[in-house]
Amino acid sequence: MSTRLATGGVLIDRTAPVHFTFNGQKHRAFQGDTLASALLANGHRMVGRSFKYHRPRGLVAAGVEEPNALMNLGFGDTFEPNQRATTTEVFEGLTARSQNHWPSLRFDVGAINARLSRFLPAGFYYKTFLQPRAAWKHLFEPVIRQSAGLGAAPAAEARDPDTYEHFYAYTDVLVIGGGVAGLTAARGAAGGGAQVLLIEQTAALGGRALVDGAQIDGLEGPDWVARTGAGLDQLPNLRVRTRTMGAGIYDHGYVLAYERLTDHAPGAPGPRHRLWRIRAKHIITATGAIERPLAFAGNDLPGVMLASAVRDYVGLYGVSPGDRTVLVTNNDDAYRTALTLLDAGLTVPAILDARPQVTGALPDELRARGVRVEAGRGLAKAMGTTHVTHAAVCAQAGEGAVLETIACECIAMSGGWSPAVHLWSHCGGKLTWDDAQALFRPDPARAPTGADGKPFVSTAGAASGALHATEAVEDAAKAGQTVAASLGQDGPEPALAAVNAPPEAPIKPVWLMPQGAGTELRAKAFLDFQNDVKVSDVQLAAQEGFESVEHAKRYTTLGMATDQGKLSNINGLAILSDALGQPIPQTGTTTFRPPYTPISMGGIAGEARGALFKPTRKTPIDTWLDANGAHWEPVADWRRPYAIRRQGESVASAVRREILNTRGNVGLLDASTLGKILVKGPDAAKFLDLIYTNMMSSLKPGRCRYGLMCTENGFLFDDGVVARLSEDSFLCHTTSGGSDRVHGWMEEWLQTEWWDLQVYTANLTEQFAQIAVVGPKARQVLERLGGLDVSRDALPFMGWAEGSLSQIPARVFRISFSGELSYEVAVPAGRGLEFWEKCLDAGADLGIQPYGTEALHVMRAEKGFIMIGDETDGTVTPHDLNLSWAVSKKKDDFIGKRAMERSYLNAPDRKQLVGLATLESKTVLPDGAHAVEGAKKVNGMENMIGHVTSTYYSPTLDRSIAMGLIKGGARRMGQILEFPVDKGVTIKARVVDPVFLDKEGARQDV
Amino acid sequence: MSEVTITRAPATGMITLRGDLSNVALQTAVTTLTGTGFPQQREILHEGERSVAWMAPDELLLLLPHAEAQATVAQLSQSLTDIPHLVAEVSDARSLFRLSGPGVREVLAKGAPIDLSPMAFQPRHIRRTRLGQVAAALWMVDADTFCLICFRSVTEYVDTFLATAAREGSLPNHF
Amino acid sequence: MLMLTCPNCGVTAEETEFEPGGEAHLTRAATDSTDEAFRDYLFQRKNPRGVHFERWRHAYGCGRWFHAARCTQTLEVFGTYTAQTSAPPDRIQAAIQARRPDWSLT
Repeated sequence: MSTRLATGGVLIDRTAPVHFTFNGQKHRAFQGDTLASALLANGHRMVGRSFKYHRPRGLVAAGVEEPNALMNLGFGDTFEPNQRATTTEVFEGLTARSQNHWPSLRFDVGAINARLSRFLPAGFYYKTFLQPRAAWKHLFEPVIRQSAGLGAAPAAEARDPDTYEHFYAYTDVLVIGGGVAGLTAARGAAGGGAQVLLIEQTAALGGRALVDGAQIDGLEGPDWVARTGAGLDQLPNLRVRTRTMGAGIYDHGYVLAYERLTDHAPGAPGPRHRLWRIRAKHIITATGAIERPLAFAGNDLPGVMLASAVRDYVGLYGVSPGDRTVLVTNNDDAYRTALTLLDAGLTVPAILDARPQVTGALPDELRARGVRVEAGRGLAKAMGTTHVTHAAVCAQAGEGAVLETIACECIAMSGGWSPAVHLWSHCGGKLTWDDAQALFRPDPARAPTGADGKPFVSTAGAASGALHATEAVEDAAKAGQTVAASLGQDGPEPALAAVNAPPEAPIKPVWLMPQGAGTELRAKAFLDFQNDVKVSDVQLAAQEGFESVEHAKRYTTLGMATDQGKLSNINGLAILSDALGQPIPQTGTTTFRPPYTPISMGGIAGEARGALFKPTRKTPIDTWLDANGAHWEPVADWRRPYAIRRQGESVASAVRREILNTRGNVGLLDASTLGKILVKGPDAAKFLDLIYTNMMSSLKPGRCRYGLMCTENGFLFDDGVVARLSEDSFLCHTTSGGSDRVHGWMEEWLQTEWWDLQVYTANLTEQFAQIAVVGPKARQVLERLGGLDVSRDALPFMGWAEGSLSQIPARVFRISFSGELSYEVAVPAGRGLEFWEKCLDAGADLGIQPYGTEALHVMRAEKGFIMIGDETDGTVTPHDLNLSWAVSKKKDDFIGKRAMERSYLNAPDRKQLVGLATLESKTVLPDGAHAVEGAKKVNGMENMIGHVTSTYYSPTLDRSIAMGLIKGGARRMGQILEFPVDKGVTIKARVVDPVFLDKEGARQDV
Repeated sequence: MSEVTITRAPATGMITLRGDLSNVALQTAVTTLTGTGFPQQREILHEGERSVAWMAPDELLLLLPHAEAQATVAQLSQSLTDIPHLVAEVSDARSLFRLSGPGVREVLAKGAPIDLSPMAFQPRHIRRTRLGQVAAALWMVDADTFCLICFRSVTEYVDTFLATAAREGSLPNHF
Repeated sequence: MLMLTCPNCGVTAEETEFEPGGEAHLTRAATDSTDEAFRDYLFQRKNPRGVHFERWRHAYGCGRWFHAARCTQTLEVFGTYTAQTSAPPDRIQAAIQARRPDWSLT
């Protein structure tokens, strides 16, 4: 049994008990515990079952690298699966449930998978695809879906009640990691005044200094950390932030850091997570190192733990992992765990050291304390069913013959250490294999480089491969000073901390234990605990030809779980190298990708949820429309009313009413979203002649002209009415979605091609509310408002006038998108609503009614007017749309002119715009329906000759109308086309003139 | 209570002026109107109720009482007849926010991807950038007060963004 | 995410303030250009592994276009300069040569 010790635990506060539940059982822990330490303290050695074989699993590690202890946390709206117990701080009321078992943790039906493990080898999932299709559908898929998957999904109706945010910070130096190396580097970097930000992923500074026993500057580790931390707090240019993880390093000094503010204190005000978007001139990663497990049979049994984790549980939290701990190692560092255990009054029956000779200060100290140290020994296997009961000792050099079994509750293993090189590698930092220490470490000669081409990441301490405390401090001090100097902000050289820690004898790499382990042992020796990948799986992958480390990874899923192989990668590629008979550096590593550990979706989204998910642009009339029945639709980033419904009215009836009323009486449209770009300067006319396909220089002041804009490819991309305000100024209207694009387009040409032209532009879209007063009685409405002569003579069709209407400054354009008598009135946006309401008042007895975008669309379609985005799709020329009249033949140049001369754009069988009248007049063609003709093609597909671009039921004409782009459409007038719309259903429509209403334009010109 | 107060400023006159900013006649026309000096790159200068901000190498923004905007546009156009230029009233195209309180830099740093630390950003600076997903321009009035302008159509978004960013207990206390 | 210095307003800002505009220093094909020349103008783009000249717009800032000389492989930025030029200025070419001695403008 594991239990809480009577004393010890530098991180816990024994005066502050907290209570939590695990699988429904209530337990006690202390402030400062992690969920992992709390579980262990309460005797829970088994914390979950494995992903694939549902094997019993316990805690292996004490930090971010933990592969097994993933928990379902919380309930209801705050429920979250797959939370790491080792990085979850315990708080009062915490609720945790273990995962991957049914019906219970102790008794699990899925554990049968373990018996079937020889049928679930590497690449099992891929191999299921080789079977007959039916086998996948009826056998594999249901079984895999039932048994795989981590944790439980939150309920569909659950809504995260927490808030999240981003924060942008700039700093000279960012130090990632708050252990001895990070503290030392930060102090050095800040000495000359550089702005330094130090972040630490856990709640406490200190890292391994808290438990490793080294004395620094004559102080015990925890005391030195406390003193140094307090010292850093005094520096005005250094900031320290705990519970903040360096998640990723990106180009040009960009870093994402993930701060967990209230995970340990639910209900506290403020955001739950904050994603820091940091720009640092230089980054020092002091991320330490991660201990490697040893690959022996049964190494995944609950009770088998990393030696450093055992040290952490005893030293940090005062928790015993069991009375008797057998230590198995290939290096000296693990002996520190034995010392910690002895100091806590626990028993170490034996230390099994795989090295043939065991010399050195640490082993000697243990021997002196009466501990049995066995050289050249390893474990044949860990024995037990749901937890370790015995260690079976063998010779490391042999095949696993059991020499003796030792009763124990815990096995502490150490295969050596790997520097946490993840962050170094994210942005291109390269690694080098250090044979003496058996590890990959950052190669300072191949660091990530920034905007200036110089390295912007360096490492400090164990992250550099300087594993011994003395070296780590020296390395970190140097890193801090070097960085400060490179920024020109070096201060006086700080005194180097004096470290007192015994020297260590070299490691001997052990990738498989015992080295000659046979098939049966290898099939029980786990590499990746979370994804259940064994030594035998990697060997099988190599055997089946997956020689590249990236392929082997994907085939076996080694390192692809949520721990991203923090424990398994190096061991896995060592096994792969061995299977391929090549040295480890030749195999190389897989790619390290951000984030370092999983971060929340909430953190990524930040504030962008609910009302802030995406900005909605609103016009000055928005509030009125919203209060009066608007049925909204998005138009680009705006919201516009599709129709304005009356009480109890359907959307379709509203549209019909709005159209008939506008055509019969007068309608009011909020057209404020239309783009309005002022173009001014001596060369404005010349410039617009280049931008538009038609001639704008010939437009007279006081007049308006409909214009088209094409890309250099000759394709139409925006249209609108241009009003010439004066000799040197024009107001260009654009589509609602196009104002920013068109303004940007104009500026692009002015700044990057025709910079000799004297032209200035300004996007005045939002300065004005634009209200269209439309219909036979429109003039009466404006006359009643008064102030401006809007008669036919004073303000003819396609003219504009400026003045005031009802004392509101106004510019009135006599333009029409409906075919009716129509005035578009621009007033200052701040007075838009006032003008709108005045129009409604003035026209009340004339039957004035607001109308929405659908009525607008139907009315323009009745008139055969095109709509950008309906009739155009980026491949359509003005000629295709019968708009040749708006393409100047006189101009020497305009954007798109040369393109339109290409033979393909003049081919007679191009798709051209036609009207489509269904033979059955009540039948409306579906939008996008394809017209087909003749025999099917050789591939069995219909011979499609075009498609419907706009289609409506016209209440004005009481029949369906449509437009379409049809191959050679101009030559097909009168033809009947077939539109198969569903199995066995074909709609027939006649090709007609797209102008369905008032071809001669009499209605608008009155 | 939040440490930062956010208010919408009442209607403010705003005028965009584009032209050759090195032209002395243009400079004189502007400074005569505003009573300020002529702004350098990314600078905003104030005199009483009038301000002038450098927006781009050929663009200024004038701020003044709303009632005076229309007449000022006419006056500027008059005095610049001989110089190619564009002058337009944009008072109604924008919304002006005032943010005040000791945490104001941090509220803005939740949405603006720029260095808002006191070392980097001070009164007289104006910075056009983005706030969350929309364009915005920021400047400081005093050590604890910022002004922010955004386009009129996204006023509600900016208002909600700032209120969210300024919620109680949400300031990182970094600057 | 890149950091670029806008030469128009002088700020060094992060990439989210900018919009990319593709290859710089294209010569617009005249209206009487051949089909081949016009095709190349429209579609043929360099995609070098190494030194590249690009157009950028300070979309969320001063709104102005500029050019950047950048290494597409290492993302090193050799310099940014005005958009009102048809070739990289001497100082930019010198900055590139200082870092990439083998490079020449051809």
